[in-house]
Amino acid sequence: MHPTDFTIRGALEALNEGIVTSEALTQAHLDAIQALNPRLNAFITVTAEKALEAARASDKRRSDGLAGKLEGIPLAIKDLFCTAGTRTTAASRILGEFTPPYESTVTSNLLRDGAVFLGKVNLDEFAMGSSNATSAYGEVENPWQRSNDDGVRLVPGGSSGGSAAAVAARLALGATATDTGGSIRQPAAFCGIAGIKPTYGRCSRWGVVAFASSLDTPGPVARTVEDCAILLESMSGHDPKDSTSANLPVPDFAAACARGVKGLRIGVPKEYRLEGMPEEIEALWQQGLDWLRAEGAEIVDISLPHTKYALPTYYIVAPAEASSNLARYDGVRYGARVNGEDLKDLYERTRAAGFGAEVKRRIMIGTYVLSAGYYDAYYLKAQKVRTLIKRDFDEAFKTVDAILTPATPSAAFAAGEKQDDPVAMYLNDVFTVTANLAGIPGMTVPAGYDRHGLPLGLQVLARDFDEETVFAVGTAIELAAGLKALPQVRAFA
Amino acid sequence: MTYTIEGETGPWELVIGLEVHAQVTSNAKLFSGAATEFGAEPNSQVSFVDAGFPGMLPVINRECVAQAVRTGLGLNAQVNPWSRFDRKNYFYADLPQGYQISQFAHPIVGTGVITVELSDGSTKEIGITRLHLEQDAGKSIHDQHPTKSFIDLNRSGVALMEIVSEPDMRSPEEAGAYLTKLRQILRYLGTCDGNMEQGSLRADVNVSVRKAGEGFRTRCEVKNVNSIRFVMQAVEAEARRQIEVWESGGTVDQETRLFDTSRGVTRSMRSKEDAHDYRYFPDPDLPPLVIDPSWIEELKAGLPELPDARRTRYVNDFGLSAYDANVLTAEKETASFYEEVAAGRDPKVAANWVTGDFFAMLNRMGKGIEDSPVSAKHLGALLDLIADKTLSGKMAKEVLEAMGETGKAPGTIVEERGLRQVTDTGAIEAAVDAIIAANPDKVEQYRAKPTLFGWFVGQVMKAMKGQGNPALVNEVLKAKLDG
Repeated sequence: MHPTDFTIRGALEALNEGIVTSEALTQAHLDAIQALNPRLNAFITVTAEKALEAARASDKRRSDGLAGKLEGIPLAIKDLFCTAGTRTTAASRILGEFTPPYESTVTSNLLRDGAVFLGKVNLDEFAMGSSNATSAYGEVENPWQRSNDDGVRLVPGGSSGGSAAAVAARLALGATATDTGGSIRQPAAFCGIAGIKPTYGRCSRWGVVAFASSLDTPGPVARTVEDCAILLESMSGHDPKDSTSANLPVPDFAAACARGVKGLRIGVPKEYRLEGMPEEIEALWQQGLDWLRAEGAEIVDISLPHTKYALPTYYIVAPAEASSNLARYDGVRYGARVNGEDLKDLYERTRAAGFGAEVKRRIMIGTYVLSAGYYDAYYLKAQKVRTLIKRDFDEAFKTVDAILTPATPSAAFAAGEKQDDPVAMYLNDVFTVTANLAGIPGMTVPAGYDRHGLPLGLQVLARDFDEETVFAVGTAIELAAGLKALPQVRAFA
Repeated sequence: MTYTIEGETGPWELVIGLEVHAQVTSNAKLFSGAATEFGAEPNSQVSFVDAGFPGMLPVINRECVAQAVRTGLGLNAQVNPWSRFDRKNYFYADLPQGYQISQFAHPIVGTGVITVELSDGSTKEIGITRLHLEQDAGKSIHDQHPTKSFIDLNRSGVALMEIVSEPDMRSPEEAGAYLTKLRQILRYLGTCDGNMEQGSLRADVNVSVRKAGEGFRTRCEVKNVNSIRFVMQAVEAEARRQIEVWESGGTVDQETRLFDTSRGVTRSMRSKEDAHDYRYFPDPDLPPLVIDPSWIEELKAGLPELPDARRTRYVNDFGLSAYDANVLTAEKETASFYEEVAAGRDPKVAANWVTGDFFAMLNRMGKGIEDSPVSAKHLGALLDLIADKTLSGKMAKEVLEAMGETGKAPGTIVEERGLRQVTDTGAIEAAVDAIIAANPDKVEQYRAKPTLFGWFVGQVMKAMKGQGNPALVNEVLKAKLDG
């Protein structure tokens, strides 16, 4: 087996048994990146030297008996996490060559546990998008291809498209990602890997470039549910530097994967059965429920009545916060600047040149919905609906332990598709945004394929801070699905 | 009597409300750990949070919250156990985040009231509408370079309390008295140093005028007035301007104005149409500020005595005049100084010395009580030397002068200069006898002309180098001459 095919669990065992060194593991991934990144464009920045140096230091720690929980594991870091001494772009021109002098809390936690960073991976600009097409550093290609039409480049999903593509193509064992409306779960589903958006507050947002503060949630993507659990355990924990960080102990997530689902009550929300939803998605959802029932879970029909308002609510709240969060990119203190006649001209030129079309669109929507005279009708109303959506889940979780839904309304689509219609693009998030609005944990797990052999995922939702149940249900689906297919574009194929 | 300004159409009343920005006294900024010292090198007290770097998050500083609560309590106001921070969005080069974190909809402190003293001896209650916490912006410096502006972010993120009054003031004097009293309370509480020159305390003055019996007319806001005197001048100038506008058939437009201190007039800064749409919304980086009632009680218990209470105590317990009590309580430092001097001594004598010779000395030296060369301890010791008759009152004044010049303890000066007052009757008698013996002609004249007594006192004191106890000298002389 090639070292890039390891799971994180497998790699940790191999490292521990001396079968492989972190240096070799890291070198193998750097080789894979070198071979495939020109095509996939998953990495914006590869830090090969730093990675090898870190890997050697890690091997030394291991031989000294000081191995951390992720000792020597090569990871990719979404380029939204500030990394000390390594350029951080948010996939935007406006940040220019910005190199943070500080390390985000989440990546600090991973480094503390011995992880090795291969580099910074691509995303939609400021994490705004569902296809990784809005990146100022170019589109990312999904490593999967349609069986009937291998000339078409597919999108990896977004915004964590680089994270998902890199992990699926074996350019990294796992990756950090962020999820504001589905940005972990949708690309994971499109690329046939697992990804969890933990409960809001589980992972610190400190040092993560902000998109929509009340929704942004860091989390991991990896090739197995257990690997996600291992990564999340490292990434999580209370951070006094983030006032919205939860002061709660971090459970043993990996142990929760083996719990099984016997006796769990699994909810099936009728509102997630969309009109015109492809039959194969519907069939996969049913299959997932059958698997869980076979493992001893009880399937319960539930209602989440405000679901249909979730997407419009999201597209008010998220742009509103973004319009304010992105005000700091003004060319005055750091990042790119285009000089002008006066201060206002400098702002206008800098922001016109620095932001891409989708970011501008959302800044304008956000500015509009917060404006005097519109605030009550849009922002305030959206906040009220958000409360109702949260209440829907609270009610549902009185009778069920977890909820199963499709991850996305379709498999990965072709690059260029839906580009001209922002609303069609926004529909990608229809199953995922509710978890962000409610703050609850959600995970997508690969569960099958569409008629062209492209991966499809199922989504598991659970109560606030009950990621353990998410992992238990996710593992049951993963085991029952027993998927074997690999993406066509992958390292050392 | 209502204060009015006489216009061509008759008298006009004034309606005044103040929004005061008070910098919270704390070691760190409202949402970052950066320091807040005034006058530091530009951009030397700036954290990544204050500079609006990517991914940085605000964390509320507990001490700043405590200071706001203390201030609310000192203003006899309702402290809200639940308040919230909002973002006030606007672009400016010295506002790194592109928004100011403030409390728009739900302030930490609600309605309160303070009592102000007016020059005619009357008092008036002025309502407080609210107090909220907010961040200060940085400072733009436009006069250092012909084409460039410089930005100093040391102030960026510093905690401010915005204290809004009701439109309860009716004259420049009331506006001045309100600001004086507010400043006094803040300084007593230690929640703001009240330094208006350094900008720790600045006022936005809302002024309108009306005819007796009318409701409110349109008001204008005069921004950033930085002394109590200027506040009073700005009120007067703005009121006169508005009266002129109304009387010439125009209408006053709601707008923001600036007070030109050199010309003594206000001029337009921006009209209502140019007003920013700040797009306030709750800051998603900060959960609501929830204050435990038991913590409020704890802070209440730790509050210092405020000026009103202290003044009453000086009058009732120390027997001071209302005037002296006012003077001594005007500044917390003065009151503390006075109480240290008065401790274990006659409070009235202490008050006379502090407000009399001591203040006169400070005035001559151009110093304040905080940099006084004479400590309260030394002044107290001086009073003790008078009380035990070591020094006469006259000698004590000389010693105080010397203390001011040298900073030395009075005892040291007495020793060094041999200034000890002679109370030994034997020594005094000897001196008196010598003078009488040397001046038989004067003694003769004294029989017919008793006013010569003063001449004898002078001769005796001169002989004793001024150190004879005057009362004893008088007593002995009288006995000898008349005996």
